Amino acid sequence: MIALRHVTKRFGGRVALDDVSLAVEPGTTHVLLGSSGAGKSTVLRLILGLLRPDAGEVRVEPTAPMGYVVQEGALYPHLSAGRNVVLPARAANWSAERQAARLDALAALVGLEPELMARYPHQLSGGQRQRVSLMRALMLDPPVLLLDEPLGALDPITRASLQAQLGRVFGELHKAVILVTHDVREAFVFGSVITLLSHGRVVQQGTLADLAQRPADPFVTEFLSAQAPPPEMARELRL
Amino acid sequence: MALLVCAAAAPAEPPRIRVGSKSFTESYILAEMVAQIVDETGEARAERRLGLGGTGIVYGALASGDIDIYPEYTGTIAQAILKEPTLASVQAMRTRLGARGLTLGVALGFDNTYALAVRRDAAARLGLRTIGDLARHPGLRAAFDPGFLDRGDGWPGLQRQYGLRFAEVRAMEHALTYPALVSGRVDVIDVFSTDGQLARLDLALLTDDRRFFPDYSAVLLARRSLAERFPRTWAALQGRLGGRIDNATMARLNALADLERRSFAEAAATFLGRSSAETARRPARELATLTLEHVWLVAVSLTAAVLLGLPLGILAARRRRLAQAELMGVGVIQTIPALALLSFMIPLFGIGQLPALVALSLYALLPIVRTTHAAISSLDPRLVEMTTVLGLRGWRRLAWVELPLASVTIMAGIKTAAVLTVGTATLAAFIGGGGYGTLIVTGLALNDVGTILTGAIPAAVMALVIHAAFEALDRVVVPRALRAAPSASN
Repeated sequence: MIALRHVTKRFGGRVALDDVSLAVEPGTTHVLLGSSGAGKSTVLRLILGLLRPDAGEVRVEPTAPMGYVVQEGALYPHLSAGRNVVLPARAANWSAERQAARLDALAALVGLEPELMARYPHQLSGGQRQRVSLMRALMLDPPVLLLDEPLGALDPITRASLQAQLGRVFGELHKAVILVTHDVREAFVFGSVITLLSHGRVVQQGTLADLAQRPADPFVTEFLSAQAPPPEMARELRL
Repeated sequence: MALLVCAAAAPAEPPRIRVGSKSFTESYILAEMVAQIVDETGEARAERRLGLGGTGIVYGALASGDIDIYPEYTGTIAQAILKEPTLASVQAMRTRLGARGLTLGVALGFDNTYALAVRRDAAARLGLRTIGDLARHPGLRAAFDPGFLDRGDGWPGLQRQYGLRFAEVRAMEHALTYPALVSGRVDVIDVFSTDGQLARLDLALLTDDRRFFPDYSAVLLARRSLAERFPRTWAALQGRLGGRIDNATMARLNALADLERRSFAEAAATFLGRSSAETARRPARELATLTLEHVWLVAVSLTAAVLLGLPLGILAARRRRLAQAELMGVGVIQTIPALALLSFMIPLFGIGQLPALVALSLYALLPIVRTTHAAISSLDPRLVEMTTVLGLRGWRRLAWVELPLASVTIMAGIKTAAVLTVGTATLAAFIGGGGYGTLIVTGLALNDVGTILTGAIPAAVMALVIHAAFEALDRVVVPRALRAAPSASN
């Protein structure tokens, strides 16, 4: 369970988060939606413990480990894909056999050929790199998975296929997932609950249907309609 | 058989007398004479620690007990060592030096004082006979040995005494001033009255009509323990050298080495009336020995610099406040001229390889610390942050992620340090550290470009070889993917 209560975070004089509260339950995917600079990544970094709040409270149970995927993957260029994936297990002193077995299982889960595990990040496509990064985040089977624009740097076709695959994976895993995106369609694919952030403040929380049909603020409608929705989404939300 | 070998090896090493010299021809020859007399007398075996830079280094070595004896001059003793310029008599100096555990032999017979030399044609044209005559020609250009430029009984005092003014006064290594004078690039140089060059080159010595230059009688300066422990040797040195060498003889011996390319040992043997066959040099064997010494100097000091520099660089990258002070400290070491740094080591570590290794290690530190710090603190912050998320801490974060990612830059810093060290190590010869510098120092004393090159060329070759070796080492140390793909995953 992840909970933020009235969290404020400043960087110098700039307020990055202002009185933000949200809760994420196991087995649900929570989407943080907003433009760049809205404070979405700061929420993840507070949950990871990379930052401390200036006011309010951040609670994560259990505390560790957490899986973390960022845009472009942040894979270590000097390690092969497989070595990248097993890195947290090596740090946790797993046996080589246990590492290898988990590596195979994860490769199957994200649909990567086992041979690709010997390649270095620069020898993989962008989509393959993001799946390797997801494997690394899942290596220790963490109860919490945090994804910061995981598909942001991919071309539209790769992105669409990976969205579908991730949706399926999240469904199987029963984890508390927080996904940061600026893309309304991604929010539609993943989000059971959405928090729309703007300039460090929560504008509205709810399902996408809540946001579309009962906007708390003209900004909500403006944000949703700025991106052309795919037909099935428009149909479902009666936009 | 084994017993015999043991018996042969077992007797204690014969006692040694360590003979020092400065790095100019006359000092080398006199020290060779001393060494050869020591060996002949048989009370002890001579160990040559020749070419130990200037007075500061060689006297420092004597005072710290790293050498037992070396040839010195009364003027230098009064001025530079006792710092009592008015002291004139050898007896008075002997008393003063006695308080420092040192003693003086009787004067050798010649007086190697400073003198100013000009080209003979210029002397005739400008009517130059005395030093005082120079005051009428302020347009002249002078080149003086750095020692002469600095000391009170050198240029500063001379300038005041005679009211001299030149258009240009530059510092130049003594051996280089002769070619500069002959080729007309300068007009006045300082010389020693026993220089072998004086006879050959068409130079005029200017009379010191106001008797400014003090007496520079050659004497043997020794530790008192030498005279006490080896009385026969001390007596032999006095008897065979005391009062026996006049200015003409010394100039001739200097010319033998400087101009006729005889070894110092040969020149000394000529004076002592010994056959020179046993003192002939064997250059090939010498080069092999010097190469080993040089490799040793570079390898040991570089290893020490890496072992010290890597942790210091990592520490600086971790502690920002400390980094400033640390990088500044390491930088300050680098600003100390190499020769000065070497001479600072003498009071702490004596002379020989140890002080040279310490000084070279300190010198190699800056490029290693600086590149390690820069490489680690400029790593992609997202990659570093991810180590925390993945649970990598302490040495694992360093060994698994930071050092491999920084290895390309760090290796470049070590490579720079290695090549620098090969060059700087040639200065080790000035404090008896051996290596190729020995040939360079000797060559400078002889003004013999050939000898200088026999030291300089192997040093340059070694720098190239070491550079190539490090390029090869990159393939071992730097992760394959970082070599293959400069842009990596991003």
